[in-house]
Amino acid sequence: MSTKHKIDLYALTWRLPIILWQLIFFVGPVVFMIAISFFVVKNYRMTEAFEFVNWQRMLTRGYFWDSYWYTLFIASLSAAIAMMLAFPAAWALAFRASENLRRGAVFLLIIPFFTSYLVRTFSWYVILAESGVLNAMLGYVGLGPFKMLNTHFGTVVGYLTLTLPLAVILQTVTMANIDKTLVEAARNLGCKPLATIWRVVLPLSKTGFVVTALFCFILAFGDFVAPFYLGGSQEPTLPILILDTTKSGQQWPRAAVVAIMMMLTLFAVAFTAIMLAYRKPKVAR
Amino acid sequence: MEKSNKKQQKHYLRRDVLRIGGGVVLSTPFVGRAWAQTTEINMLAWYGHGEPDMVGAFEEANNVKFVPKYYAGGDNMLALIAQSPPGTYDIILSDGEFVQQLNAAGYIEALDPNDYPFEDMLHEDFTKFPGHWDGDTLYSMILRGGHLGVSYNTTAMSAEEASSYEGFWKPELKGKVGHFDWHLPNLGMMSLKNGNGAGLWDLTGDQWQAVQDTTMSLRQQVGGFFDYGGTFNGLKNGEMLAMCGIGDWITGVLERDGAPVASVIPKEGGIQFTESYCIGKGSSKADLVKSFIQYMLSPEGQVKSAQMLAYPGFCVTKAGRAMLQEVDPKEAKRSHQMDGMPNDPIALINEGRIHYRDIPQQQSLEDWNDFWSEYKNA
Repeated sequence: MSTKHKIDLYALTWRLPIILWQLIFFVGPVVFMIAISFFVVKNYRMTEAFEFVNWQRMLTRGYFWDSYWYTLFIASLSAAIAMMLAFPAAWALAFRASENLRRGAVFLLIIPFFTSYLVRTFSWYVILAESGVLNAMLGYVGLGPFKMLNTHFGTVVGYLTLTLPLAVILQTVTMANIDKTLVEAARNLGCKPLATIWRVVLPLSKTGFVVTALFCFILAFGDFVAPFYLGGSQEPTLPILILDTTKSGQQWPRAAVVAIMMMLTLFAVAFTAIMLAYRKPKVAR
Repeated sequence: MEKSNKKQQKHYLRRDVLRIGGGVVLSTPFVGRAWAQTTEINMLAWYGHGEPDMVGAFEEANNVKFVPKYYAGGDNMLALIAQSPPGTYDIILSDGEFVQQLNAAGYIEALDPNDYPFEDMLHEDFTKFPGHWDGDTLYSMILRGGHLGVSYNTTAMSAEEASSYEGFWKPELKGKVGHFDWHLPNLGMMSLKNGNGAGLWDLTGDQWQAVQDTTMSLRQQVGGFFDYGGTFNGLKNGEMLAMCGIGDWITGVLERDGAPVASVIPKEGGIQFTESYCIGKGSSKADLVKSFIQYMLSPEGQVKSAQMLAYPGFCVTKAGRAMLQEVDPKEAKRSHQMDGMPNDPIALINEGRIHYRDIPQQQSLEDWNDFWSEYKNA
């Protein structure tokens, strides 16, 4: 019997736009970026070439690796903080709130995305400055002033501005889909509240939680605004290094090297996370 | 009968269409001419130079419209030109030290010195400004300048402390010293602090190493690296109490708003940025651009430049300075553009305390930039 695969034209027609979109706006630019990483700059003009000089130069510079590890660390830290801060709110919305309240809360969480991220970031100046609102409040109880702008703390606050609402929404949606009878069964069988979360809720939410953490990490890892405006560019993250590299001598090929390293890192992290998310639990024999 | 009426209606309709259509076609050249009356001048400049406070009056008087493309830094400017077809930019505002490179790459037209008021310059250096001439051929016309030194919050530093770059190392300023995020002026200042004086850009290997060491020793004091907006905000909200790499071009704007900030030229010397106009190679509007440059060098244009909202710069012509003193004595006084004032920019040049900004002579810009990245990561 012939197993010849017939092309389903109908299905292909519907898939074609997204395939074309990905080819034109993702694969094409990535291929171009890889290509220009081998170009050279002469008299501020990129010249076609196939040389490894940009790779060699960037990967042997200490400051590149300092920025790399710092970016990896601060993005991971902010993703972890976002996940932890989001959990209580998401748990309450998923298990304690009424359907209407949950819908209203999710809507409110979407509202910050209506305004520009840059504007939201700049608004932190008023709150975090040494003469700002937060320090003024702390001053009333005899604390501070604390330096919060132009610090790692400022950077993380900026990242959370970007990721926390998203983390709450995704965690809420994940936990809202858990079969509540399983949670009730655990409680009826004598499982304490924290143990219920640890042994029932979290395992059932694993995939959604990993994907949420991955989103938070990706957004923070590639963000330029928070470390530049709230972190004072010290230490510079990889997106800042890309800007610095293009600013001086118009070294787009070297900036492409940094960008490719960022993409490779994101691929590795995303691949590991997805593997982790969909790994089947070991069944006890 | 009815049929013939319908035919007639159709006939009229067809005639109407033909009449209106013909009218539209025939009037097209007039519409085109009406549009063409406003000439667009493409400008490549630092932010602010193409804004209404600078070009509005000229636009109105000459029925032109400036279309500015803004850049940040000479490298960025060169790259934008290199990536554009010849004739894209009619007028280019360049930092003085980059004019030579613009000329070497063939991006700018020669100018006729007789078109410009060289006899009215406030300082003889401005008549034969380094890099603006190639032999006897003029390529760029100086517009204005500004001096970079120690910028500080007057409530946190005394004028005496600010009179030396040493002030940046004041223990009370730990975490409160900011950098304008561009290696050239910052490392230039560190070079001046090391006593390199007029040779600040021409560093031997040992001198360059010493400049790096001095810079690194400042790192513990540093609270951040900022662009224009960040520098502005940092000084305004008191997050930064001293700033390296800038001068009156930023503190002047804040000072006008009453902020307690100032810039001084320390005893080790200061750096001058110089902004100059060039006519883009292949521009079809060279005559208009020439008129605009002449206008900006007229007393009226010089006053506009000194009062520029984005960032101030000092006048380079005597008539411009005199008019500024007459129409805006407050700004003339604030920017020390009065004869006899201790920080008069022209007097500072005469005293030999000012060095024109340049690019490194014995190292490459890449070397300086690489070190700057290392410094930021330290």
